Amino acid sequence: MAIVVERKKLGFFERLYLPQIISGLWITLKNIFRPRVTLEYPDQAPVLPVGYRGAPTLVKDSEGREKCVSCQLCEFVCPSKAITVTPGEIPADSQYAFIEKAPAEFKIDMLRCIYCGLCEEACPERAIVLQNNFSINGASRAELIYNKTKLYAEGGVLPDKIMKWKRVKDNAELEGGSH
Amino acid sequence: MSYLINQTATCMPALLGTADCSYADMALFIVLKVVFALAAIIVIMCFAALSVVAERKVCAYIQGRYGPNRTAIPIIAAIPLVGNFLKKNGLMQLVADGLKFLLKEDPLPAHVSKLWYLAAPIMSLSPILICACLIPFGVWWDSGGAAHPLAAANIDVSLLAVLAIGALGVYGAIMAGWSSNSKFPYMGAIRASAQVISYELTMALAAMSVVLYMGSVSDSPLSLFEIASAQEQSWFFMTQPLAALLFIVALFAETNRLPFDMAESETDLVSGFHTEYGSFKFGLFFVGEYGHVALGSALFIILFLGAWNPLPYISYPESWGWISTLLGFITFLVKISAMIFFFIWVRWTLPRFRYDQVMALCWKCLMPLALANLVFYMAIAAI
Amino acid sequence: MENEKVTVNINGCNYEVGAGLNVLEACRSVGVEVPFFCYHPKLKVAGSCRMCLVTIGTPARDRATGELLKKEDGSPEISWMPKPAIACGTKVSQNMHVVTDSEFIKSCRESVLEFLLLNHPLDCPICDKAGECKLQEYANTFGRGESRYIENKNVKPKKVMVAGKIMMDSQRCIECSRCIRFCREFIGRSTFSFTKRGSKTEISVYPNSDNDSNYLLNVVDGCPVGALTEKAFRFKMRTWFLKVTDSICGESSAGINVRVWSRNGKIYRITPRRNDAVNDMWMTDSGRYIHYRFEAKNRMSVARIDSSPCDLGYAAERCLEILKLGKVAIVANAWQSVEEMFLMKRLADACGAKIYMISHVGADDGKLLSADRTPNMRGAFLTGLLDSYPPKDFKGLGAAIDAGEVGTVLCFREDLKDFGLEQKQLKAANIIYCGALENNISASAKICIPLRTEFEKNGSWVNRQFRIQKFNMAVQAPENTFADIDFLSFLLSELEGSHFDAPSAEDVRAEMAKSIVAMKDAVHIPASGLPLDSSQFASVDFPEEDAMHYSRQKK
Repeated sequence: MAIVVERKKLGFFERLYLPQIISGLWITLKNIFRPRVTLEYPDQAPVLPVGYRGAPTLVKDSEGREKCVSCQLCEFVCPSKAITVTPGEIPADSQYAFIEKAPAEFKIDMLRCIYCGLCEEACPERAIVLQNNFSINGASRAELIYNKTKLYAEGGVLPDKIMKWKRVKDNAELEGGSH
Repeated sequence: MSYLINQTATCMPALLGTADCSYADMALFIVLKVVFALAAIIVIMCFAALSVVAERKVCAYIQGRYGPNRTAIPIIAAIPLVGNFLKKNGLMQLVADGLKFLLKEDPLPAHVSKLWYLAAPIMSLSPILICACLIPFGVWWDSGGAAHPLAAANIDVSLLAVLAIGALGVYGAIMAGWSSNSKFPYMGAIRASAQVISYELTMALAAMSVVLYMGSVSDSPLSLFEIASAQEQSWFFMTQPLAALLFIVALFAETNRLPFDMAESETDLVSGFHTEYGSFKFGLFFVGEYGHVALGSALFIILFLGAWNPLPYISYPESWGWISTLLGFITFLVKISAMIFFFIWVRWTLPRFRYDQVMALCWKCLMPLALANLVFYMAIAAI
Repeated sequence: MENEKVTVNINGCNYEVGAGLNVLEACRSVGVEVPFFCYHPKLKVAGSCRMCLVTIGTPARDRATGELLKKEDGSPEISWMPKPAIACGTKVSQNMHVVTDSEFIKSCRESVLEFLLLNHPLDCPICDKAGECKLQEYANTFGRGESRYIENKNVKPKKVMVAGKIMMDSQRCIECSRCIRFCREFIGRSTFSFTKRGSKTEISVYPNSDNDSNYLLNVVDGCPVGALTEKAFRFKMRTWFLKVTDSICGESSAGINVRVWSRNGKIYRITPRRNDAVNDMWMTDSGRYIHYRFEAKNRMSVARIDSSPCDLGYAAERCLEILKLGKVAIVANAWQSVEEMFLMKRLADACGAKIYMISHVGADDGKLLSADRTPNMRGAFLTGLLDSYPPKDFKGLGAAIDAGEVGTVLCFREDLKDFGLEQKQLKAANIIYCGALENNISASAKICIPLRTEFEKNGSWVNRQFRIQKFNMAVQAPENTFADIDFLSFLLSELEGSHFDAPSAEDVRAEMAKSIVAMKDAVHIPASGLPLDSSQFASVDFPEEDAMHYSRQKK
């Protein structure tokens, strides 16, 4: 069934079209004097909203311990397969040897990363965090595959309120055991 | 400037044949004419160039943007104040674009008919340059108090000549469209020719009512200088508002500006008649379009907007001599700038008409109105 | 008894299940899931985890007359047990009623899981078992989701190395005792035991009991949680990344069914696959590491002629030219699949070659490591490569070269130098070496053709029980290697003039089924393998001794 759209009957001035043109011109003229909305990016820094998803980084806790335990959930969840984790064991002489596991190498291919933030969501240790860096650039493809050192340098320290592993250790010492 | 005017003044009688003159004077006269013609062309071309920048800037401002403000030519940009001024106002962008047009590889597609393909951009630009020589940019008075136009060529039928030669510009579009041997340019050319033929009529009829009036006050009613001189008191857009409106609408169509840019119409014809063109040849079309705008503005100002007179009923007095001439010239240029701004302003306000609407508007509305307008003034003149 | 059926009502539906099964197996056989930790189909029932609790009822009888009581509507009256019972420790009986999905049973499971999780460290992110951990799965499916436990958790020993190949973490242990039972029942020697009592109970290792058993790693597969993890696989890769391929262990003629776990062309581990007719659910520890053989650096990566690298196809054509000269001897090996042996027999017939093979014999442990250390010696008999058990070296071949009867040796995999050929004999003949790895003769061989390993191709082997079993391609072969079948069929098609172009293992088996009587059914081999008729080889003197699911006397 055809739908008949009721059209408004145009008056003489409307059919003349000129008043419409003039009102249009008036609108554009006003616009000329309005403030500009362009953000002049390299000169002006954009204001990033809370929860902005920039480049994924690895963070350390306030003690300087690397939080990642290389569970590889981020690698698993990553839809663009940008993350490659090589798990490794924490050496026995480290004060964190009781945590047992840490990444031997952690690579994120920034060319593949789509900044979806699923890795951050999947991380049980809150070790991988999407921070504010959106300007990711390099002179070669190899340069844009960030390794562990680079990711920790980008990530910095994220204070940890829960301190899960510290509690495990304290508990063990309380019970008289040791790790 | 005054030297040139004086030299011209001394040589003027030679042209009119009222005084004897030597071959040397004759040669000087020709050189001066060439200089004048070049000056007129330069003025129009400057307007064409600057209006490209103006177009980009005005459109950016209307849309809440900044427009081109980044391009910087290394050494010039380092000049304090001036460098920054040029950069912020996109003037260096203009230079960069021009250089790009000049320096890019100039390809010749294999499927075009080469002669017409090469001739088209020239055909598009040259009529405008010829017309520029016919436009009076001001008035000056010789020692005898007689008024002369500030034009390279002052001929009696300059209005007719400008309309006739100016309309030849569409041949460029037609040649480009035909020789490109490609669908979209061809359709663009068809549209351009149909549109120009249609609106040429309206335009001429609108101008005719002015000429009709001039016939009663002047011996040479088709002279642009005479028309301009007749507007020292009231301007023609006041006495003949309908004609002015019809003329400017037709002018938009003539110059292929939005809302009538059927020939280009990039949404449906890619880029219209110059789709197959690139680099310098495209640049000629581009400059031609803006030259056409500048020339059209000048014509409209002379016909309806009081030419070099600052305001209706006010004109620069003859007694000021060359100062009046200079002020009149500047006024004329300012008016052209304002008209160009108006062209740009309209372009970024109105959407494009559909092709059938363009033709319907012309034949069913503007043409009858123009005829009625002419008949009306004929009746008044008869009475 | 075995085929006897009883009717059991599970969750309101009547099913016919095998008599003598326990309730847990009966439920699983009809597709009703009953969660369990400590039960293991191949071990004795311990009943220690209480996860498989179900409500059980039997038809009520009149105490006086012993007659079945009926309800008013004629259905039998059921006398339900007042408390839930463990499904693994209860045998089915006629008309038994079982409820596994009531709210009560759900709350039972919830509570059992809550207790099991009280002292569990919940360190799944660093636990190698995560992804295949029963506790993780059940906690997700049947658990409460939240912990009410606010006290400190018990601390138990972590990171204890057992026998050099197992990492033990008592804190993760849920005391199911599977490892204890496995060692006692299968290995026959206790290694693990519980110490302390109550909530402090922990799994421990007998002091000074460095168990040298070759089966100890089966406790890792058996452990339902991450208390026992394999040292070699520790922190290598999470299980969910690994692709599982069904395969057969090539360590010996036992033909253990295995799963190969790989990712991106790298094999991470090999675990046993259940086959009740061959290996139950176990495998040898040594068999788990045989893929290391092919990760070695001496993998042959490119074809060579006279020690200079060349194109694979060119090398194959040169090979063909040499074979056409005649006086060919073919050295086959029992790691080749039945299909390859079949083609090799045809190749030998086509170029009039004699086939030489040797045996690789080691100690027989009476379980799953048999004396014959090749997986497919029976296949050589079936395809006609052999008619008696082969000698231990190539002295016969050496004599043939000395006598001038052999001018070309087409050698597959075997190291001729280690097994009896002398340097001058090797020099006297054109050696064409085909194999996956470099060895003593590959460096000086006339032509070297790189082939694929058994993890990189499809095929089948015949084990000591004359059971033909399929192995599948687990990882992608490197470029510039031939699959043996492709190479052999190329040579064959040129020599025989027949069109036999790059067939699949299945195609070859179809061909085989036509010409070999014993193989007539062996085109599509089921996952559990297919026993073949072995009566014609009863007289062959095989070296294997009696072992699991195998006895010599039968032959």
